[in-house]
Amino acid sequence: MSAGLEVRGLSKRFGGLQAVNRFDLTVAPGEIVGLIGPNGAGKTTVFHLIAGFHPPSDGAIRFEGVSLVGLKPHAICRLGLARTFQLVQPFAGLTTLENVMVGAFNRARDVAAARRQAAEIVDFVGLGPRRDVAARNLTLADRKRLEVARGLATGPRLLLLDEVMAGLNPTEIEAIIGLIRRIHERGVSLLIIEHVMRAILALSHRLVVLHHGEKIAEGAPAAVARDPRVVEAYLGEPVEVRR
Amino acid sequence: MAARLAIVLGLALLAAVPPLLPKYALEVLISILFFGYLGACWNVLGGYGGQFSFGHAAFFGIGAYTSTLLFLHLGLTPWLGMLVGGALAAGFGLFAGYLSFRYGLRGPYFSLVTLAFAEMLRVVAVNWKAVGSSLGLVVPSRGSAPLQFLFAGKLPYYYVILGMVLGALLICRAIERSRMGYALAAIRENEDAAEAAGVNALATKLSAMAVSSFLTALGGTFYAQYFAYIDPSLTFGPAISIGGLLPAIVGGAGTVAGPLLGSFVLTPISEITRAVLRGRAGADVMLYGLILILVISFLPNGLMGWLRSRRAGAV
Amino acid sequence: MTWLFSQAVVSGLLLGGVYGLVASGLSLIFGVLRIINFAHGAVMMLGMYTSYWLFVLLGLDPYLSILVTGPLFFGIGVLIQRIVIEPNRAAAEHNQLLLTLGLALFFENLALVLWQGDFRTVRVAYSGASFMVSDVLVEVPRLIAAGGAVLIALALWAFLRMTDAGKAIRALSEEAEGAMLVGIDVSRIRGVAFGIGSACVAVAGALVTPFFYVAPDVGESFNIMAFVVVVLGGMGNFLGALLGGFIVGLAESLGAAFLPGSLKQLVVFGLFVIVLLLRPEGLFGARRGR
Repeated sequence: MSAGLEVRGLSKRFGGLQAVNRFDLTVAPGEIVGLIGPNGAGKTTVFHLIAGFHPPSDGAIRFEGVSLVGLKPHAICRLGLARTFQLVQPFAGLTTLENVMVGAFNRARDVAAARRQAAEIVDFVGLGPRRDVAARNLTLADRKRLEVARGLATGPRLLLLDEVMAGLNPTEIEAIIGLIRRIHERGVSLLIIEHVMRAILALSHRLVVLHHGEKIAEGAPAAVARDPRVVEAYLGEPVEVRR
Repeated sequence: MAARLAIVLGLALLAAVPPLLPKYALEVLISILFFGYLGACWNVLGGYGGQFSFGHAAFFGIGAYTSTLLFLHLGLTPWLGMLVGGALAAGFGLFAGYLSFRYGLRGPYFSLVTLAFAEMLRVVAVNWKAVGSSLGLVVPSRGSAPLQFLFAGKLPYYYVILGMVLGALLICRAIERSRMGYALAAIRENEDAAEAAGVNALATKLSAMAVSSFLTALGGTFYAQYFAYIDPSLTFGPAISIGGLLPAIVGGAGTVAGPLLGSFVLTPISEITRAVLRGRAGADVMLYGLILILVISFLPNGLMGWLRSRRAGAV
Repeated sequence: MTWLFSQAVVSGLLLGGVYGLVASGLSLIFGVLRIINFAHGAVMMLGMYTSYWLFVLLGLDPYLSILVTGPLFFGIGVLIQRIVIEPNRAAAEHNQLLLTLGLALFFENLALVLWQGDFRTVRVAYSGASFMVSDVLVEVPRLIAAGGAVLIALALWAFLRMTDAGKAIRALSEEAEGAMLVGIDVSRIRGVAFGIGSACVAVAGALVTPFFYVAPDVGESFNIMAFVVVVLGGMGNFLGALLGGFIVGLAESLGAAFLPGSLKQLVVFGLFVIVLLLRPEGLFGARRGR
């Protein structure tokens, strides 16, 4: 299959630490895949490797048939793969709209087109009223939306979301779940790292579980949630799946 | 609306008043515009791009020496020699910039490496007989020869530098509103996030470097033609590097008007200090140091930043 | 040729010891405050002027004057840090750099205004003293300066290792948040670190006064040398700074011996650029992932 994301045998060593070990992952067009695992499992490292922020020690990463290994992050973004950061990284001095415009330039021909596309995305994620507010003055929940908006503005076919719900209250979380569904309806595939279990169980078509840098389970959310190895890794009880 | 009116009024004054000014006042005004120009050039890379170069004198010196040497040895008019100097400076800027950015030098490390490059060029010039070593080069100035960028009085030089600084400000404004401007702002705020959003940080920074270095070199030619004398420490020295970045910082880095505004504040202070404390060399720069400390401490976005926040607060 | 070489090596090592002390101070300041102190050379220059005036007015030998210069500039350093730098500790990195640049401009030109730009020299009884080691000339003041510098640097190293204040400083430079959590008065330690760094460089100034000219711009060349040394030895790496000092001193000296004019500076700058590009954490620094 040459469409979508294909990761084979991905490994990363940092000095003496094997952060990721022979990790396989696919995300087919139209899928929402959840990447879960206890803290320190290596999930964000996997994102850094896919998005070009660290070079892998070993393994292959292909997106729509093109190898991503060795490409700079901006080139990967050009190819249609965008990511958000776990600790939000807004352009603090720029307004909401300007932040998103930076992403929009990935596809837009000129400033006017970028502004149009960015404005549409800003409204789509619900930040319309705060379009001209400087990013540093946004609440955390709004900054998270901004991060998603900026990534979405780059026109990706696959969006990597890294713990976008961390630090949000239940109402905000519901809102983000809705947003993610709407993004999916626009035709964007998603690979999501999340700790808010009910959210990721509700959203994902498929779950992949990472522990100490290795995949320990994969499959439908309900089955994975009950997998004893997964439960043991999290030290929790089987979680009810409610759709 | 008021701002636009002020700009038109300011331009009208700048165009009409100088012929009426006494010689000394005209010299000061030329000085103000000159440092405003250098500041605007530095601003492209430093203010908009967030890459603080401490060695812009490298480009200034390349410009000054190139046009002067071409004039002395080949009789090439400095109007054209200036463009050659600019191209060479841009080439050097791309070279130095590529090395620095490719190897990930940011922040203070970038500042230090640019300082080193400027100093290296200065040492080369000091030790190179063909460019005059420490004795420097004299630009022959027999009266008026406009086609050779030589004028009898100061007034024509004034209009040249006025044109240059306005041109530089227009270029800054154009960049600010363009795709490149947004990319530079993103890089300045957060380079990693910019890359993740599709901005090619290396290419963008190099573009800013090329523009900044080209324009700075033109300033070097102006200096050579105006003062009719150049030497390594005047053109490659820290005074020029700092002379450009100071007005930009004080006036407001990353704004169009900042560098010129900063120069309008700083240069007269320097002139007045030197006039009042005649014979006490260094008093003006001492004051500059103090002003820099005060501006960073209390007005970190410069005068423009302060003016904007006051306007925003009033609304 | 070999004579020229060995002479250059000796001269280089002697001056290198002083560079090492200057750089140690800079390195310490960077390690704790995370700023590159552009005013470092200016403080050295002020230390030299202090020695000069103590000599001219009170007949105090420059080497003895370090007993005054050291504590005096420790205090001045603490004051500068408290008044100018600490209030701006949350400012952007490039702004903090500009702060120290402002201080440098201020101090260098203050000296220019007060004492003019004339070169001054301190001539003591042993200023011209020297002896021969096989066919290499060793000048006594340079030897004393180098020896003094190395001793002080080692004493400082011991201080950092063995005293509580020293350990607090090291804790702060390695792990600022952790240091705060265990109750270290971070603000005070930052002041102390800047004070010690300033004292080091001012004392280095006093040590070279017997054989170096005193002028407002003399700090500038040492400033650049210090940057090169610190980058070479690793920002925040104390012993690296000392070793780096010797390396840079050697490079400069060999450059002076074999290159015409002032091209020796190209050797040092060239080294600087190469290290910045290839190994910015220094030859002895720990490798950071980039």
